Amino acid sequence: MTFINYASREINCKIVYYGPGLCGKTTNLQYIFDSTAPQSRGKMISLATETDRTLFFDFMPLELGNVRGFKTRFHLYTVPGQVFYDASRKLILKGVDGVVFVADSQEERMDANIESLYNLEENLRSQGYDLMKLPYALQLNKRDLPQIVSSADMAAELQRKGEPVVEAVASTGVGVFDTLKAVAKQVLTELRKS
Amino acid sequence: MADSPIVMREQEYHQIKAVLARLRLDASARVVFLVDKDGQQIATHGDVAGLDTTSLASLAAGNVAATGGMAELIGEKEFPTLSHEGEHESIHISVVGRLLLVVVFDEHSSLGLVKLRSKQVSQQLASIFAEVARSSEDGQTNEDLPFGEITDEDIESLFS
Repeated sequence: MTFINYASREINCKIVYYGPGLCGKTTNLQYIFDSTAPQSRGKMISLATETDRTLFFDFMPLELGNVRGFKTRFHLYTVPGQVFYDASRKLILKGVDGVVFVADSQEERMDANIESLYNLEENLRSQGYDLMKLPYALQLNKRDLPQIVSSADMAAELQRKGEPVVEAVASTGVGVFDTLKAVAKQVLTELRKS
Repeated sequence: MADSPIVMREQEYHQIKAVLARLRLDASARVVFLVDKDGQQIATHGDVAGLDTTSLASLAAGNVAATGGMAELIGEKEFPTLSHEGEHESIHISVVGRLLLVVVFDEHSSLGLVKLRSKQVSQQLASIFAEVARSSEDGQTNEDLPFGEITDEDIESLFS
């Protein structure tokens, strides 16, 4: 949940990148980390297996600047995508303010996208959240690969509520900040309402 | 929708800082900090130079969440304290309601002392934070928050 500290004049929000295994969640964070000035971000923590698969989560704090005199800091998390790490995924969703679903555009990964999206909805429900009411963006990643599903078909299958859909190639940074911006804007808009 | 924001006022922040300062002294600890279960750092006190407290807060919350998950699997509600003892530096974490009290200490202290002192201040921290949560929930603290006036331009400027 958003945490507002008057004494230090800070707003802290939590954004979680969700999606099937190897869809590029960690690559999104890595790109943000690599292309942000060191004074605007903290360390990137990756709890990964020896083969660099996310085991528990990746984490990086990112400071975007001031809003009405308050420092705005986003805590970015990824979940482990592999199916059997479901218990970890649930834990990471606790206190979430916004979600990015990273979908893999390759034809053979469409089933994995659908399964992961259902899993997201279910895990959010188990933590008392409703995807339909949460700040949310859909990223169609790996648009540079051959044999990909068209964006229109992917949106038809995966879009839930008219959320922003961003085409991306996370490895080169295409669409990475647009995605973050799309969800961060919604989080701040929610803050305005509250 | 996301949970309502938690808003901490200066007064409560300074009360918490005072409790942490006393705990640090009484427990002969290096650093003491308070984190919420979602990994947000609330307040710190002590020798934080060179210490990445934001990452530590996030990992402490992940640690407690993971062991809490294990507790449930074996039929326990939670494990209320966690300790990690290193060669020189150690960490003690206690769960205080929705908060985690994290104490980093070295050879100048002992696990027994840290546990005892942490327990002694838990109730006090819990009641201060209960007040923070209560006033955040009923909107008492939100009346003069400037966020209602956030414009689309303000948001846009963060990304320019």
